[in-house]
Amino acid sequence: MNAITVNVEEKLFQNRYRVDAGRPHIRIKDASVCTNDCVVKSCTFVCPASCYKTEGNGAVTLITDGCLECGSCRVICSEHLNVDWEYPRGGHGILFKFG
Amino acid sequence: MKKPSQFDAIVVGAGPSGNACAYTMAKAGLKVLQIERGEYPGSKNVQGAILYAKALEEIIPDFREDAPLERHIIEQRMWLLDESSFVGTHIRSEDHNKPPYNRYTIIRAQFDKWFSSKVREAGALLICETTVNHLIMDGDQVVGVQCDREQGDIYADVVVLADGVNSTLARKAGFHGDIQAGDVALAVKEILFMPEETIRQRFNIGEESGVVIEMIGRITDGMMGTGFLYTNKESLTIGVGCMLGDFKNNPNRTSPYVLLEQMKRHPAIAPLIEGGEMKEYCAHLIPEGGFHAIPQVYGNGWMIVGDSGGFVNAVHREGSNLAMTTGRLAGEAVIAAKAANRGFDSKALKSYKTALDASFVMKDLHKYRDMPAVLHKNPQFFTSYPDMVAQAARTMITVDGVDKKTKEREIFAHFRKTRKLTGLVGDAYKLWKAIR
Repeated sequence: MNAITVNVEEKLFQNRYRVDAGRPHIRIKDASVCTNDCVVKSCTFVCPASCYKTEGNGAVTLITDGCLECGSCRVICSEHLNVDWEYPRGGHGILFKFG
Repeated sequence: MKKPSQFDAIVVGAGPSGNACAYTMAKAGLKVLQIERGEYPGSKNVQGAILYAKALEEIIPDFREDAPLERHIIEQRMWLLDESSFVGTHIRSEDHNKPPYNRYTIIRAQFDKWFSSKVREAGALLICETTVNHLIMDGDQVVGVQCDREQGDIYADVVVLADGVNSTLARKAGFHGDIQAGDVALAVKEILFMPEETIRQRFNIGEESGVVIEMIGRITDGMMGTGFLYTNKESLTIGVGCMLGDFKNNPNRTSPYVLLEQMKRHPAIAPLIEGGEMKEYCAHLIPEGGFHAIPQVYGNGWMIVGDSGGFVNAVHREGSNLAMTTGRLAGEAVIAAKAANRGFDSKALKSYKTALDASFVMKDLHKYRDMPAVLHKNPQFFTSYPDMVAQAARTMITVDGVDKKTKEREIFAHFRKTRKLTGLVGDAYKLWKAIR
């Protein structure tokens, strides 16, 4: 397959969110596990909202603002169990207009 | 510490299973509280979405009068795609164009809002924008829920968990472990708006009739999964879903949105969606582990319904009808338990499981119990086969001076090269055994 470049931010821009500023509902438990122990870092390409990014030094950063609340990141992190995953507070997060 | 129950039942979640359950209980006069974390029912919910009439009919017989339905389906297309072509079947019948219609496309945010209005009419109390954080236990009996609002502890005789595929509450309570990546599909989709007239012309349909297209093949980049394209009134829904474990292990590290974008550019699909204005991008997990992945779904003071219990028939792409049916059956079990006045422990709620086993829900899941494993171990059904068939069809219809007998030999040689004769026969047997 010829890989194409997709700007997922453009897609997310169409969505409606009420961001719970300063209270992310998903956290990486121990950042050093992502940097040092996890080789595949599958969250960085499986997350459908591209919330997880790899930094140059091998660290993984998480910004949950565009999260679609699917749960994939928690489920795939089965070797390291390094994702602390909760739903956002009531009324916050993604608000689907069509679903 | 056991507090007096404020409600007969609390239903967590206002999707199809939660709504069906709350409606059934409220209609019977029970005091029901429903808690939804979204701004309104539907704002957290994602589906393709096809509504199968039967399951809803059993709950609200006259739903067609005011439910927001997009199009009734008169044509189903099943496509096998390779890189550049598709072969497939189109099943279209005028019989499906006569009321009462069997299935419809719906837009979930609108449909769930409507369903919820019926639940409230039936007498249930709904509070939105409220996330349930934990179940409240009294020993091993669930006695209420703890919400993220002031005075957020609420008590009831029974708590019905209709909280969706991530099944957060049952997981935290230790009723079951987390879902496995091999038992769940990750699907992404977009809604594309275009003039109604354009949809009618492109799909050869009338004002209210519609088409669904299900696809397998190259579009899933070697992963086990399917693509779909549904016609709504003034929009198309296009999406693709693959097993989450396959996404995770994909050597190409293909992102779901890249998969979707590639699918949209496939020459068989691109002309159908051309000019569509994308208004929303969604992602969702679908529990596809089937029969063997269904957890314990009832206990002391609790029951699990819908996606939270893994009630999806992946083979037939059915989920919301199983959700509604499990919700209704759980509601009926609570009604029976209350009438019997013997408490709400697991013995009193066991009638839910008994009713499930006797219904199409568990019968169908049981029938296809081996299917997830067979498909999982045999990715060729999603990779080599669609390619082989598409190529074979192309070879046969290309008029190029080569005689048909020679073409047949070429096709069969290609089949054998790709899968070997024993593989072909073995695959047919495996599928037959899993479907039988």
